[in-house]
Amino acid sequence: MDFFPAALQLTAIFIFLTGVLSLAGLLTWVERKQSAVMQDRIGANRARVFGLRLFGLFHILADALKMLTKENFIPKNADKFLYQIAPVISIFFALIAFAAIPFGDVLQIGGYQIPLQGLDINVGLLYIFSMLSIGVYGVILAGFSSQSNYSFLGGLRASSQLISYEIAIGSSIIGLVMIYGTLNLNEMVRVQGRYFWGWLPAWGIVVQPAAFFLFLTAAIAETKRIPFDLPEGESEIVGYFLEYSGMRFGLFFLTDFLETILVAMLAATLFFGGWQVPGLAGDGFHFANAAWPLPSIAVTLLGVASFACKTVFFCWFLMTIRWTLPRFRYDQLMRLGWTMLFPLAMANIVVTGGVMLLLNR
Amino acid sequence: MATIQVQRKQLNFWERIYLPEIFRGLAITSGHFFRNLLFHGLRAFGLKQFRGAVTIQYPEEQRPLPLRSRTRHRLTQREDGSPRCVACMMCETVCPALCIYIVAKEVPDPDIEKAPASFDIDLGKCVYCGFCVEACPEDAIRMDTQILDIASYSREGMMYSMDDLLHPEKHANRILVDPKRP
Repeated sequence: MDFFPAALQLTAIFIFLTGVLSLAGLLTWVERKQSAVMQDRIGANRARVFGLRLFGLFHILADALKMLTKENFIPKNADKFLYQIAPVISIFFALIAFAAIPFGDVLQIGGYQIPLQGLDINVGLLYIFSMLSIGVYGVILAGFSSQSNYSFLGGLRASSQLISYEIAIGSSIIGLVMIYGTLNLNEMVRVQGRYFWGWLPAWGIVVQPAAFFLFLTAAIAETKRIPFDLPEGESEIVGYFLEYSGMRFGLFFLTDFLETILVAMLAATLFFGGWQVPGLAGDGFHFANAAWPLPSIAVTLLGVASFACKTVFFCWFLMTIRWTLPRFRYDQLMRLGWTMLFPLAMANIVVTGGVMLLLNR
Repeated sequence: MATIQVQRKQLNFWERIYLPEIFRGLAITSGHFFRNLLFHGLRAFGLKQFRGAVTIQYPEEQRPLPLRSRTRHRLTQREDGSPRCVACMMCETVCPALCIYIVAKEVPDPDIEKAPASFDIDLGKCVYCGFCVEACPEDAIRMDTQILDIASYSREGMMYSMDDLLHPEKHANRILVDPKRP
């Protein structure tokens, strides 16, 4: 492998990861500010640097400073090793799941082909879901090692909830896999570049609308945020991170936001055409009776921008859901997962298979 | 024992499948979101009649209180700035919290005869019942300063002397009432 393309790809991945982490930090501010605007309030605006308030953006820095300087409390009877490793496991698997996300088409510079993806593997989708599943261990270990009944309850709830919804999330996208015929995320995005009747982009939302709602519901449950924040259950058990303080708690907090971004990116990739822009082909824009040629680099960068916009939109949408719906009760949560989402996902697979059979005949 | 039968509203089909109701909720919250965002934006461009939030930024702004609400005490003044109080001890007697301490002195003016040498109120003990205001025959003590933010680092700091009570603006973040007002 040449040095130059490797360095370029590393740079691209570095920029992508920096973007993801900055977005996760920004989401802490978005969460406060968006909820405030939705509820006719103003929101956090007191942090000030040199008289500048910048709509409360300094609260991100203030939060980080607070987390880093607080005491790192370890309960007396806690399992010290597991207690300290749990948040690291949680955030580690949330972060490496981003490796398989294709954030752009193959970049062509000076004859080199640079894939804008950390890890171009055939089972990208399975990889992401498995990393999400392993990430649950962080939550379970946190609840288990804290030696606190409330944390323990939170860990128990997390394990049963996440395992239940893993099944729903997995079966909800099988219809999509059947249509795209691949598990490779970049290939999936390429397939979505086709058009129905010459104008309707063949995005996942068009071919599998039911799967999108099932996926989004299960995916929100995977992020452990309201309306599925049973493992946290702020008002009743505080949750699996009850005993954590300082930056260890901060890592759990950040994991939630990283998972939100991951779900947003997955929704964009699977159902909204990833880096595809409607009307944009490899050599420029093509409309019904007009064409606007663009260089290949511009097309790729437009794709990256389109992917970023879709991600930000879904982050906003997930925040809106989080601040709109009340929390489920635990039995309602289980009923929704096992008797609604899972059978509906199965029905979706059967219907998809039937329609494909009819269309191919 | 009497019981009340609560008739729960039966959900119809569209409410039971949940999704349309979620969209209605999302429409309401995003409606607020975009409307308030627009108002915040218009305000930022100087159109002050639009308000995107109902927030009152407390220490800087305060909601106007009803005129009759009982707030921090003040002693009213005569034309020459001396207290109207004639040290009749009515308020000290009626005070259920025993937080008023008056020491009387004689004054040469035959129309007044008595005046307080010192007049202290321990706001740490005061229950804000307003009896002192009602008992006062001279309209010398009032609770209309509209000052609510009374705080101190020590118990001694809650003791307000006659000078503090005659000039409520001294310990206040802002002045709502002119202390010279009769």
